[in-house]
Amino acid sequence: MTSQNTQPELLSGGAMLIRALADEGVEYVYGYPGGAVLHIYDAMFQQHQVKHVLVRHEQAATHMADAYARASGKAGVVLVTSGPGATNAVTGIATAYMDSIPMVVICGQVMSHLIGDDAFQETDMLGISRPIVKHNMSVRRPEDIPYLVKKAFYIAQSGRPGPVVIDIPKDMTIPSQKFPYEYPKDIKLRSYNPNAKGHPGQIKKALTTLLAAKKPVLYAGGGVILGQASEELTLLARKLNLPVTNTLMGLGAYPASDPQFIGMLGMHGSYEANQVMHNADVIFAVGARFDDRVTNATKKFCPNATIIHIDIDPASISKTINAHIPIVGLVKPVLQEMLQQLEKNQGQLDQQALGQWWQQIQQWREVHGGRYNSSESHLKPQAVIEAVHRHTKGDAYVTSDVGQHQMFAAQYYKFDKPNRWINSGGLGTMGFGLPAAMGVKLHYPDAEVVCVTGEGSIQMNIQELSTCKQYGLNVKIINLNNGYLGMVKQWQDMNYDSRYSSSYMDSLPDFVKLAEAYGHVGIRVTKAEELEPALERAFALKDKLVFLDIHVDPTEHVYPMQIPGGAMNEMFLSKTERT
Amino acid sequence: MRHILSVLLENESGALARVVGLFAQRGYNIDSLTVAATEDPTISRLTLVTRGDDQVIEQITKQLHKLIEVVKLADLSESAHIERELMMVKVKTTAEQREEVKRCADIFRGQIIDITASTYTIQVVGTSDKLEAFIQALNGTQILETVRSGVSGISRGERTLSL
Repeated sequence: MTSQNTQPELLSGGAMLIRALADEGVEYVYGYPGGAVLHIYDAMFQQHQVKHVLVRHEQAATHMADAYARASGKAGVVLVTSGPGATNAVTGIATAYMDSIPMVVICGQVMSHLIGDDAFQETDMLGISRPIVKHNMSVRRPEDIPYLVKKAFYIAQSGRPGPVVIDIPKDMTIPSQKFPYEYPKDIKLRSYNPNAKGHPGQIKKALTTLLAAKKPVLYAGGGVILGQASEELTLLARKLNLPVTNTLMGLGAYPASDPQFIGMLGMHGSYEANQVMHNADVIFAVGARFDDRVTNATKKFCPNATIIHIDIDPASISKTINAHIPIVGLVKPVLQEMLQQLEKNQGQLDQQALGQWWQQIQQWREVHGGRYNSSESHLKPQAVIEAVHRHTKGDAYVTSDVGQHQMFAAQYYKFDKPNRWINSGGLGTMGFGLPAAMGVKLHYPDAEVVCVTGEGSIQMNIQELSTCKQYGLNVKIINLNNGYLGMVKQWQDMNYDSRYSSSYMDSLPDFVKLAEAYGHVGIRVTKAEELEPALERAFALKDKLVFLDIHVDPTEHVYPMQIPGGAMNEMFLSKTERT
Repeated sequence: MRHILSVLLENESGALARVVGLFAQRGYNIDSLTVAATEDPTISRLTLVTRGDDQVIEQITKQLHKLIEVVKLADLSESAHIERELMMVKVKTTAEQREEVKRCADIFRGQIIDITASTYTIQVVGTSDKLEAFIQALNGTQILETVRSGVSGISRGERTLSL
């Protein structure tokens, strides 16, 4: 490019795609090459701004991109080929969709003239992905690529974020066909214009209702983290001395070590959080969506509560639980407006009532308090998480898979910062944890990144140990190995008279040898006294991936656990106690 | 309750599939669906008849709004509106039935738009109720084929659904 010349540069479709990603500020693309995307990979090879991470399975590419987005707030980018490449990405796209994670997935497609002919590696990726994306689009003319990339990022990252798929037929990227390249500065769509600010009248009404509360609770979800509003939320909660509960997706939105934090709520929420919700007179829901894993039976949900609900997605408001004061808007500007109004009128809650409420909460805290039985013979998974918390000073990025270990991590790793807890909350995707840890580690190489997993989940993407070696992604894997698909087993214990139908895994690999085979360090822990030295060693090995295969109590259950069909505050508290 | 939703949609490939897919995924009913481009070829107008209680209809309209290609949306049944549906019915007509069928079509302001020695094809336009009443009125006549366009609707008075 000459500085005088204002003529746009001529680029092929493939080169335009990569350049557009660079102009969007994308540093890494996660993917796997194949026939339909070879032109794009060749264009990638010929530049150095956008780097590519070669995974071992496309699902891992999507989870890496997803976790990067969860940690950084920016859309992650995936590049896969047509057919099986694209279908392998489907689970990862659905995972991101359920948790509202911004992601741009670029899928190759067969040549335009072959579409519909059942060509080699052809699948209708637009059709397949339609129910699990915020939007998808196909490229019809190569010269549209810069605009479509801009549009994809805009849609993925604005409003309620989500994944966007771009389907690119191979003939859109032919190297010899070049077009003038210009990346659009901004974009406006007549059909999409998410309302950011929230209605001032509604905000005022919400504040008045909140200030009149005698038993308030602030229920904060993943929207606070996605909306980068943790600071405002914390400020407001402290100003009004509100008890705060976070959803599974919202952990870290409010600091867990703060005395006003009452724990996670819902199916495996704390006793006090579920009691506070059930007995509250005003529930202030911020960026949370009254998921069925939170509400328990909706008919019995919080009978005395007036519900204030802030959400950027109007469809999330009054979907399962009717909101009395809905506020459609981004959490951050709405909370800022609330803080300003509060500043102006210097409102406070009835201090006497609030004091009584806190006394009651204190009593509830003492009922269960996250206790678990100790064992002579076995390491307790909860104790392992507490030890990991100590060794990482509570400051690690923690990713998880799905099952008991996920709940133990959520309950016992006390997250004080947003964006640190990275798990598949909505879809519940086993196999998420390791690639997620990799995605975070790649972008935050100096941060401690821990993957809490189980011997079931880890095997769903174990092949990525190879990718870790190639890119030096030295994460720490905490494999809570109980020899069973623990959460399935727990349900079988509780509901099926302990008939362990296919929840026991025979012939598990030797995980230590397996880690070593991939060029990493493996450490096995079978006794309680081995845990501390093993963690000590693992976290001291900064330049190594360490796979800790920790054998834990196979009989352990996750408690509290809401009783199905009950109200929020109806819970099993241990194997022998219930509310 | 029955609702008639009018939707202005970007006239792009895949947009209709997204609307239909939404109803299938979320378990909403579609009684009828019509769609065609408007005077602005970049915009299609879709009329959809669905059923549900207020909460379901609220979710449907919110979910439709979330689709990137949906530009505008109105629930016609919330205010005064006109709805029309077109039906063509092919009936077998014996010589002695022909006069009776013709009279019946006239009563419903239908038109006979095609004839053979043994059949009439009748076109009727009106509300869905009227079309059903016409089918009832043909009682005794052998219906060979029925085709209905689905409901189209527009609001009464000066109110419009446009960009």
